[in-house]
This record gives sequence, C-alpha cells and structure tokens, in this order.
Amino acid sequence: MLLVNCPYCGARPEIEFRCGGEAHIARPVQPSALDDEAWAEHLYFRTNPKGTHAERWLHVHGCGRWFNALRDTVSDAFTASYTMGEQRPDAGKEGE
Amino acid sequence: MRETLGVAWRDLVLPAKVPDLEVPTSIAAMGACARFSLRLPSAQARAVDQAGGFALSGGVNSAITSGGSISARLGPDEWLLIGPEEQGDALSQAIEVDLDGRFFSLVDVSHRNAAIAVAGREARAVLNAGIALDLDDAAFPPGSATRTLLGKAEIVLIRPGAECVYWVECWRSFAAYVHGFLMEAAREFGPHR
Amino acid sequence: MAPTTVAQPYRFAKGGRIDRTRPVHFLFNGRTIAGFAGDSVASALLANGVHLVGRSFKYHRPRGILSHGVDEPNALLDVSRGPGRRDPNNRATMVEATDGLVTRSQNHWPSLKRDIWAVNDLLAPIIVAGFYYKTFKWPRTFWHRLYEPAIRAAAGLGLAPTEDDPDRYVHRHAHCDVLVIGSGPAGLAAALAASGSGKRVIVADEQAELGGTLLHDASSTIDGESAEAWLAGALAMLRAQRNVTLLPRTTAFGYYNHNHIAMVERLVDHPAPGSTALPRERLWQVRAKQVVLATGAHERPLAFADNDRPGIMMAESIRVFLNRYAVAPGRRIVFATSGASAYQAAADAKAAGLDVTMVDTRPEAGCGVQSARLRALGIEVLTGHTVLGSVGRMKVRGLIVAPRDATDRIGSRRTIACDAVGLSGGWTPAVHLFSQSRGKPVYRDDIDAFVPGTSVQAERSAGAAKGTYDLAAALAEGWRAGAEAAGLDGTRSFAVSPPTRTGFTPARKLPTDVDASRVRAFIDFQNDVAAKDVELAVREGFESVEHVKRYTTTGMATDQGKTSNMAALGLVSDALGRPVPQVGTTTFRPPYTPVSFGAIVGQARDALFDPIRTTPLHDWAVAQGAVFEPVGLWRRARFFPKRGEDMHAAVARECRAVRSAVGIFDASTLGKIEVVGPDAAEFMNRIYTNAWAKLEPGRCRYGLMLKEDGFIFDDGVVARLARDRFHVTTTTGGAARVLAHMEDYLQTEWSNLQVYLTSVTEQWSVIAVQGPRARAVIAPLVSGMDLSQEAFPHMAVRIGKICGVPTRLFRVAFTGELGYEVNVSADHARAVWEAVYESGRTFGITPYGTEAMHVLRAERGFIVVGQDTDGTVTPEDAGLAAMIAKTKPDFVGKRSLMRPDMVAADRKQLVGLATQVPQLVLDEGAQIVADPRAPIPMKMLGHVTSSYWSTACGHSIALALVSGGCARLGQTLYATTPTGFAAVRVVEPVFFDRHGERVNGDFAHA
Ligand SMILES: [Zn+2]
Repeated sequence: MLLVNCPYCGARPEIEFRCGGEAHIARPVQPSALDDEAWAEHLYFRTNPKGTHAERWLHVHGCGRWFNALRDTVSDAFTASYTMGEQRPDAGKEGE
Repeated sequence: MRETLGVAWRDLVLPAKVPDLEVPTSIAAMGACARFSLRLPSAQARAVDQAGGFALSGGVNSAITSGGSISARLGPDEWLLIGPEEQGDALSQAIEVDLDGRFFSLVDVSHRNAAIAVAGREARAVLNAGIALDLDDAAFPPGSATRTLLGKAEIVLIRPGAECVYWVECWRSFAAYVHGFLMEAAREFGPHR
Repeated sequence: MAPTTVAQPYRFAKGGRIDRTRPVHFLFNGRTIAGFAGDSVASALLANGVHLVGRSFKYHRPRGILSHGVDEPNALLDVSRGPGRRDPNNRATMVEATDGLVTRSQNHWPSLKRDIWAVNDLLAPIIVAGFYYKTFKWPRTFWHRLYEPAIRAAAGLGLAPTEDDPDRYVHRHAHCDVLVIGSGPAGLAAALAASGSGKRVIVADEQAELGGTLLHDASSTIDGESAEAWLAGALAMLRAQRNVTLLPRTTAFGYYNHNHIAMVERLVDHPAPGSTALPRERLWQVRAKQVVLATGAHERPLAFADNDRPGIMMAESIRVFLNRYAVAPGRRIVFATSGASAYQAAADAKAAGLDVTMVDTRPEAGCGVQSARLRALGIEVLTGHTVLGSVGRMKVRGLIVAPRDATDRIGSRRTIACDAVGLSGGWTPAVHLFSQSRGKPVYRDDIDAFVPGTSVQAERSAGAAKGTYDLAAALAEGWRAGAEAAGLDGTRSFAVSPPTRTGFTPARKLPTDVDASRVRAFIDFQNDVAAKDVELAVREGFESVEHVKRYTTTGMATDQGKTSNMAALGLVSDALGRPVPQVGTTTFRPPYTPVSFGAIVGQARDALFDPIRTTPLHDWAVAQGAVFEPVGLWRRARFFPKRGEDMHAAVARECRAVRSAVGIFDASTLGKIEVVGPDAAEFMNRIYTNAWAKLEPGRCRYGLMLKEDGFIFDDGVVARLARDRFHVTTTTGGAARVLAHMEDYLQTEWSNLQVYLTSVTEQWSVIAVQGPRARAVIAPLVSGMDLSQEAFPHMAVRIGKICGVPTRLFRVAFTGELGYEVNVSADHARAVWEAVYESGRTFGITPYGTEAMHVLRAERGFIVVGQDTDGTVTPEDAGLAAMIAKTKPDFVGKRSLMRPDMVAADRKQLVGLATQVPQLVLDEGAQIVADPRAPIPMKMLGHVTSSYWSTACGHSIALALVSGGCARLGQTLYATTPTGFAAVRVVEPVFFDRHGERVNGDFAHA
C-alpha cells in the first residue's frame, strides 16, 4: 500500500485516496469550439509515461481535497505533491 | 404513539451510554448532538477566528474543544462543529451572524452522524484494528481530528483532549457496522462495558 | 546417552530450552507422542524416534524431517486443534507441541507405511519433468473429467478444511521508526542499537522464542558470556524499554510499497492457554520508517542418489535438535558437507555423546584446520569424498561414500552405517523480503549466493541475510544497521570466541560412479524435483530460469524453494556453461510462508464482512414482515407480503393501493446533496443538462446529468430552497459518485465558483406518500404550509413542520400519482412515519417496497439510471432530448453529444415493448432480434432493460434499448425467452396515464 503525501494532511495510507489519472489536462474553456478530433484528444488520449507522471489524487477519506502529485510509474516513488492550480514542480523537465 | 406534546420523538441509531474509563476498553455510543458542516474559505477563517463560539483558528486535522462543543477542522475549508443538542438552533443562528457577509456554507448534519466514544488504555489498539493511521501521541496528539477509514467505513476520528478518549463519528447507517467492529476488536482486551 | 523416559528414547537427560516441568502429549497418526513445552512437533517426534512423517508429492517416497524451520519441505502435517480447527500443510518444525493436538501425515493411502501410490516411485523413469504437460494433453475433455481428478487424488498436499473456522482473527495497523525482522544475532544487535534512540522499535521473529541461531549455539561466547546468557541479557534489556515491541511467533511475509510490511502473529496456537477471546492470529500491517532485514540464511542439502530418505536432514538442523531441544536425531550420525559449518554440528554431536563420522567433499587441503580439529575430538573425517547414495527404506541405514580425486574419478565404495545423516551444501541468504521490496539481489561469487543489492526502499540487511555468517561480524553488522536505521552514529564490535566456522565450496550435484542421468538426486524435496529433471529441461531447450522453474516445478511448492533455488540455478548455470548471475535469479513474491485465509480476512466476516446500511425505518419494515433486497450496501424493503402472498400478489396489491388510494414508501436511501453558495445556480447549469437559473426558490425540477463523454450519469429531482441553496437528490447507488463528480469539477475546473457541496443523504429521511389520497393523509400532520393546489403545486417544495419537527416537503410523483416526499431529520423519521401511517389508515394506506416502486415508475415510462441505462446511453437515446437546454453554451457532456457516433440513427434507443401474449412477462436482459429464424449468430438489436406485470394496465410492460428503436414503433420484433422467442410490438415507452394527469390526485375531484 502506497504512502501518499497530501499537501494538506501529510503522509497518509493509499486507501484514503482515489487516483484521478493524468493531471494538467484542463477542460477547454469553450468545448464547442473544438473539432471532433481535438475533443477526442482531450477526452480520451493520455501520455501513459514510463517514469515520472503527474497525477490527480483525491484525498477522499481525508480532507476531501483534490491535488496533484508526481509519481514514478516504475518505482511508485512520489517526488512531489502540490495543490490544484500550482505549477508542475518539474515543469519543463517532463520526459527527462 | 410516543409523542411529547405532539412532537415526534428522536430515535437514535445507537442507544447512548456513558463511557467507563475504569476498564481497558469502553465503547459507548454517545447521545444526541447538534452538528453542522461548515465550509468557509481558509482566508475567511483566519479573518474571523471563530463563529458562534466555535474556534476556527486550528490547523487542518485539529480539534478545538471548548465547553460542550468541538470544532474539528477536517480540511482547509471544512469544519465539523459539534455542540449540545438543545442549542442547535441558537448555535446555527450565532454562526450565521458571525459570518454574515462572507461566503460560507452551513448545513445541519445533526442527524446524519452517530458518535461512539472509545476510551481506556487499550483504546488505541482497538482503533488500530481498523484504522491505518498512526495514533501515537506524537502523530495524533490530543486536539487532533481527521476523516479516515475504520475497516470499510468512513469515519471522523477526534481526540478531544483527554488521555485515552477517542470520539468516532460516522454516518448513521454505518453506525451498526462501526460499533460492531469496535466491539469485536475490543474482545481480546477482556470485559468491557 | 540416557533417555529420560521410555516414551522419549531420543531425549537427552538434560539441556535444551524445553520446559521439562511441563510435559505435553499429542497424537501423530493415532500414536501418542510425548514431549515438553518448548518442543516443536518435529522435535517431539524425533525425541520419540519418529522420522517417517510423509510421502513425497509425486513419487510417494517416504520422507522425514529435513530441517528445523520454515524451510521444511517434507514434514507437512495435517493438524487439528479441535472441531473446526484443522488445517493441512503445517510444517512440523514450526508447529509448537501442544497438549491435545491431533496431527496426521499427508499424501498417502491407505497408510503412511503402506502407500499404494508408492508405485509412482517405480514409474519414476516415465514421470519426468514436464510429464503432465506431455501426457495429459489429449483428448481435451479428458483433462477435467479424468486426468485432473485422478492426479489430484494421487498427488495433492493435504485436504482443505470443510468446517467453519470457529477462531477469531484480527488486524492491527502499526507504525514504528525501526522494524527489525529476525531476532538472531544481527537482529538483536540491531534492535539493541536502535532502541537506545528512544524511537519506536518493533522486533518480529517467526520462532516461538526470540534469539535465532543463538538459541542453539552451545559453543560461542559473546563479550565473555555464553551465547545463552548474552541472549537472555539482550532480551531483558529490550523488554525493559517502553519504546520496544517484541513480537515472537510473528512472520513478516510481505514487503510492500513505501515500507509497508505485512506480518502474521500466531496468538493461541502456542501452549500458554490464553483467554478464549484471544484471536488465533493477528495480521499486522506495519508502516516502518526504516527496516532492518535480519532474516538469516537457509542451509542447502547435497544432491546425490536417494538423498531424501527419512533420517537425512540438514547438518545445522541436527545441531538445533541437539542443543535447543535436547533431542538426538540418531545415535550414529554421518555428516556430509562441502563446507565448514557442519564441523560445528559434528563437534556438538560428539560432545553430546553420539557416534559421529564426517564426510567432506572438499579435498583435505581445502578443509583448513577444521578437519584436524575434528579428528582431535576422535571423529573420523573423510575428506575428498563423494556421496554415492544411501541405504534404508523407511529410515536411512547407511551412507555410501567413496573417495574422489581432482578429476572426479571415483574410488571404491564404502557404506557407513548410521541412523541419521546431516547434510550441508552451504548457505543461501534469505533475500525474500529484500526481493519483495523491489531490490535486486546481486551474486557474490565468494559465497556462491545472491545477497541484497542496492536498497530501493528504506531498508538495510544485516547478518546471514547479507551473507555475513561470522557471528562477530553479524553482530557488528546488525548493530550498525540498527544504529543507522535509528539515525544514530556508532559502531560496536563484539568479542566472539571461538571464531565461527564459515566457508564452503558449492557442490551442485555430487560426482557419482554410475550413469548420472539415471540418478535421482533430489534438489526440491517438496515438489520431487531431481537434479536430472533440471538438466533435462535445459536439454529440451528451456534456458530461462523462470521457464525451468515452471517446467520442472522446482521452487514452485509452498516452501518457494528455500532449500532448492540455488541448486536449480547452479545446475542450469552448469548445463548452459554460463555463470550464475547470467542465468539470473527468480523474483520472490509474497507471502514468504503460507498465510491463513483467516488472517487475511480478519474481522471482515459475517456481520462485519461489509457494512450493511439500513434506514431509520428499517426496523419498522422488519416488524411488518418486509422482504429486503440489497441495493449497494443498503438493504431496502422490496415488498411487504401479507399472510399467504407471494411477491407477485404482494406487489400487485401494493401497486393497486397507490393507484387507487395511497401508499407509503421509504425513499431515505436517495442520495442528497446540499449545494450552497452565490454561484450555486451557475454550478448547477454547468453540471446538469437542463437550465436552473430561472427555477424559482420553492420549486423543483427533474435534473439529468452526463459525464463528459455525453452518456447519462445520474438523475434526480432538485429543489431550489433559496437563491443560493439547492437540495439535490441522486439515485441511491449514485450518491457517492455524483458528489465526487461534482467535487471534481468544482475543485479542479471551476475553483473560482463560490459553491460548497455537503452530503445530506443521511441527514434527511424520505417518506414518500403517493396516491390520490396522499394530501388527505398528511394534511392533519403538517403546520406552516398551505397544501392547496394553488399554494403548493406539483414540483414544488416547502419548508415547514410535520408532527412538530422541521420538514422539507417535496411534491413529486415518481409513481405518476399525486405524491409527497416528506424529508425529515433522520432521528425523527420513525415517529413521523408512524404518524403518517396512522393518519393513512382511514384511506387504506399501504406500505410498498422497491418492486412496486419499479412497476409504478415503469408504467409511466420513468427510467432508472443504471437499469434502463448502462453508461452508453445518451439523453436522446433515452427519450430525454427535451432535457437538454439548447440555449446553454456549455455543460458537462454537451460537446460529446455532437460527435457523429452520438447522433447515428441506429443507436440503441429506449422504447416500450408490448408482448403479443399479454400475460407474458419478459426476462430483463432478454435479447431482441428481428427474425428468430435467421441463422445463428443472428443480429442482436438490443435488450430488455425493465419488465414487469402491470396490474394497472392488465398486461405485461417492458422497456428496452433497441437499435433505431424510435423508427421501429409498431414493428414486431422478437425477444428471447427461456424456451425460445416471444413476439413483441414496439410501442411508446409510456403505458399508463399517457398525459400525466394523475399527479393532481384528489385535487382533480376537489
Ligand atoms: Zn488530505
């Protein structure tokens, strides 16, 4: 069971959380302006990296807050947790 | 029909008991309370400090007790406020007055939850049968509160202040499970009341 | 040697750690075995001269006790501790001897000594590696019917218990700064070092007593004290510290992410009679900041012909039985070794007065000073010898040895008479937990072993688990590991005398003077895998050690190959001519040793298996004889049968009552969310398909919610209580996910909206009063509200009082009748319900359950999300196109509705079905086709989603999702039935009160 660091509550057991998939995929401001391909891209396509992955996590059985975290998909090691709206801490270094 | 002056009686999900601090573990359902879920942006909370007598100054996952009431901060903008049952209306009015003009949400959840006190020197062991959190004094000192899981039920765990007394809140339909779980976990610590 | 009693002829008169004041007796295959508290079942059996304890898995060869610990592959017993307390495959070496145990050997018929399946041993030449795969392939149906049952009966590892387990099992979560796994010298030193920090230390050890190898070390002194005295002192120091938790009988079996370690503690299997309330086992889930793995090492047997006879065991195990249990495994013992450690065992055996011979496969020059020292004790030492075989059947009677030279030329044979043999082929560090922690073991050529490599998690290994076999070095390494784990500086050295005898020369398979391909030299005793099986697998082309494992089954038994993995690796390495590290090692997976289902289940059984959620009105329904159905975790009253009624009759009566008079229904499980804030209406606009801005406070509206993919997610009636406050209802099953869905958008997409959401599902109980007389029933009970049609129309909500307590009174009609949903605070629900029921008696008020509710709503064509929809249904498909606010620029799911697939004409659309035979009620889930005579596979057009008998209509009704359904109105299609097909006509999905005129009930007559 992972130990997940909630930016509000600190390290908590994984069972208190729900993972919400890839982070930093903003909902388009005007979805109707997107063509079908662009909308499908937004809705269904994800990067699925091997290595550092920015993910959305919900501390559902804790403070109830959504936040983002960087997790290595190979080792499961978390390198950062940050609140919604904050920039990705390793911005610009993705995929390295 | 059981009515007092034509008013419907209040039927608690678990019959209330008085905790017994003399036995290794005491698991006692608490009586009726007034409860509110208060939502308030953290910046507003800092500005007002308190509402209706409930302290809003504690950090996330803290509980501040004063008189017969508890202010448990469950998240950056969420408080569970617990007070005496008979003061429910007065408390909600006082909170609304204190927060007037601000953006907040106050919802009466008095009947949504049930409360069980777990007390005694083995209380922590009983709780840790189903709670995955570190309940050591250093990690969960008196004055702590958090939402978490007990077995398969979501609870709010509050350590109001006293040494080995924990207050377990759960939604009322989970009360039978939570109570049964605690009783089962306490069995190995001998007789309990 | 003088046996203490006739009953225990192989027990020494004194010594050992057993408690001679507490004799115990248990049964083995019907025979009473006497032992003492502190004995294992294995040591007590050996004290009584019992070596034969089982038959092997495949060949049914007689087998004895091989080891003294968890690595035991042979001595697997069925153990009963009383009625219902029986389980198979217990290691005799790990079961503590207890009064009243009933133990039995396994895998033989009719008896252990006369086992008819031993014929398999004679068939051994054909039952080779991969035999099952090669033989039982054809014909295919024979596998299930014949081969598998027969093989399982002949093979098998004991019988699974069939009775309910009367024992209790519990879970415990724990946290610590330092978790020390293993309490041998390294583990104890680590615990001592770490405990000085005041930090929380947990020490877990699988044995009944803490101490590991110190429990049987009769020769070493540590810092001037005997090992026994040092151990006692160390344990006393640890026990005295409040920050230290000592857990004997506790096996750490799983090392998971982020230093999460699962351990099982055995509480009542051991001799001390505890409270009956004490659980049998406790599953610990420990989150440790740092872990010290001091898990020791397992000794390797030597591979030679017939190396599996009872009486042949591990050299170190002989030492354990001698010193810890004061038991002589035999009186004439031959040790066969390729390393130094067996010399200590031999010396201990000699000191105990036994007749000892030492056979070393290494040349004299490779044995160092050990051979000379042993000879000085009067022991014959044969260096440079090989072992060719053993004699005896149910018990070893002699070991056949011969000299070998440097080119493995074998000299003349000699049979050394003996009644026990101690084997030592070197040591294998127990890297299981390290491997589970995702660490990669690395091969150390100097000790022919895989040892922990770079740590991946916050752990460190020490002692034999790291290949450090020297006692002084293990203690020092343990101390350092413990200190570092606790964040302390400091090393400490320990003065140990005499120095530990270490070092060995790997011997994969001893050289022989016969055709090696015919020699059955076992390496995996539990799965009956011989060295030649591994070699055969390599010859047949299996080169990956993972494939060799699966093909030969070596290392695949319940012991996970603790004694055999290195032998298999070494053999593959030799056969391929590749060094061991290139052959690779296998990954160890949890559990380290088998774990009972009880421990894993813990408290989650019977009433505590899952929370069973009931409403405040549950007990009333129980008293009325309601039949319940599970809806998620909820139990809901399905119908209320009167005496003699079946479900059909009860539901028909309940439906009639609602249509003709009034019914009362517990709708408390409906999800409820209070949406509060100045932006509440804007938030509702974005979440729901329909528009909310113009909904006046005091009015309700049916709301439909999509996921972003455009499919229906949930629905429900929403009341606007104030400009900034909505009372949202959801489906029973959708309550949690709808709130989560809303929170997700609110927090992550629209965090600028000033809205807060609070679940009030359980704050408000809902008493639905439905039927033409509903108003008359509640009118006498309410105050502060005008119930007139003008003041309180359909789809309105009012806040007032009922029975003197606050209510949010909704006028809504999921049945299509005049109806109210009385929301009252949960603790008041029972009183209000009884008052309503009492008030309704005059009108024949009838409680109805979920079944009648379904019929009533289906008659009106109201969908149930999750029943009539399945996550692929759009509003248009469901006939709810009118619910989409065309004017709103955006809402969740809107964009997806414009995708080409979402507007295709052949989408499955909700329609009604009228059966040609009016009485026929279709099966829900029945498939719909156009032509039942079409060839199979025929095209499925859709399926029935809801189907009931409608009393109001006088015929059956059904809703279905049918491809292009809206264009098929009037067509005849066919639905599958258990016996064939039934003709159905496609109709509008509304069967009763087509224009919805009944919602005004008695107002219409007023
Ligand atoms: Zn949190």
